[in-house]
Amino acid sequence: MHEWSLAEAVIATALEESRKEGLEEITEIKLKIGELQQLDVEIFKFALDELAETLDEGSLLKEMKIKMEPEKAIFKCRVCEKEWDFGETGLSEEEYEAVHFAPEVAHAYIRCPSCKSPDFEVIQGRGVLIQTIKGKR
Amino acid sequence: MVMDPRLSVIDTRLARIKRLIAVSGGKGGIGKSLISSLLALTLSRLGYTVGLLDLDLSAPSTHVILGIEGVYPKEERGIVPPEVHGIEFMSIVYFTGDEPTPLRGTDISNALLELLAITQWGSLDFLIVDMPPGIGDASLDIIRWLRKAEFLVVTTGSKVALETVKKVLKMLNELNRPIIGVIENMKLRDSSVVKEELKKFEVPLLGAIEFDMNLEDSIGDANRLLERDAAARLKEIVMRNPRFNLEQGR
Ligand SMILES: Nc1ncnc2c1ncn2[C@@H]1O[C@H](COP(=O)(O)OP(=O)(O)O)[C@@H](O)[C@H]1O
Ligand SMILES: [Mg+2]
Ligand SMILES: [Zn+2]
Repeated sequence: MHEWSLAEAVIATALEESRKEGLEEITEIKLKIGELQQLDVEIFKFALDELAETLDEGSLLKEMKIKMEPEKAIFKCRVCEKEWDFGETGLSEEEYEAVHFAPEVAHAYIRCPSCKSPDFEVIQGRGVLIQTIKGKR
Repeated sequence: MVMDPRLSVIDTRLARIKRLIAVSGGKGGIGKSLISSLLALTLSRLGYTVGLLDLDLSAPSTHVILGIEGVYPKEERGIVPPEVHGIEFMSIVYFTGDEPTPLRGTDISNALLELLAITQWGSLDFLIVDMPPGIGDASLDIIRWLRKAEFLVVTTGSKVALETVKKVLKMLNELNRPIIGVIENMKLRDSSVVKEELKKFEVPLLGAIEFDMNLEDSIGDANRLLERDAAARLKEIVMRNPRFNLEQGR
């Protein structure tokens, strides 16, 4: 359930942004959900709605819509430049869970399928990012 | 502009922590992890509620020093660190195990941010942070993100260590961050070199911990560690020094 702590982070950022931009109301938050973190999207969405209700400062978030766009995780080897995706990694259940908590831990369990190097880059799909926050002034 | 939501929640995660002490110092191998571990144990035995956060992601060590194994955080609206030896303990090793985890600077920053954003600490009198060596990405990010941190700086009496420690002190001063003071560790002989070198910085030398030939035998056993001279010296430094502000006791 650490989806909750990330949901809280999203709401906190939205509220901070509304203060900075002088928004009276936040109408839409667009999120990118990176595959590597393997969030439970149902729980995440539920948490966002719950938190929007409980943390809301003066019903700023009443009309808020959350849009989520999944993003595939893609790795690229820094040694041989091979690119591959998460589906090919074959992690055990415990390894999946560890990566879920801290996606960088992937570097402990995933190796380049071509040259076995642990020195690779997650070029996309690491975790939760906020793409846009829309609102009314 | 793409935003990382995790930054906004760090202060909330640290809100219930009264004091956050980051144990820093320039080089590796000067005793930051040992002093972090002993400090956490000592404060806990004095009756304070204490957490220990190992942020040296390339070479996490405090779990080895304290002999922590077979525990795992609970997942509950984040991750809740387990209590070991009376200390809430958090480290990346829960997730990496013994596997080598080669991380570049950006990966380290990302993992640090994740740990700070999802760890749910209890109400703590003290959170002790074991810092990575150096003044690279990792240290700079931690200094920036842990706005509450006070810095306890470790050095040895060697000019080689002092050279780097001076840079750390200067950087902390330039960043306007509070420094509790400096501890000289692994002291081998009487010498005023540390005192001399620190004069310019208006930073107090809090005390010295002697080099202990037999310390290694107690590594991995918290109770035995507490019986070593190093632990007694650290306790004395912490109790005696007004900058730790412990006189109110518990
Ligand atoms: N006062 C001391 N006497 C003897 N050995 C020490 C002392 N302080 C630290 N050590 C040992 O030195 C090594 C490096 O210490 P460590 O705390 O890991 O340094 P750092 O975290 O700064 O890299 C460890 O093996 C530790 O047990
Ligand atoms: Mg260390
Ligand atoms: Zn490769």
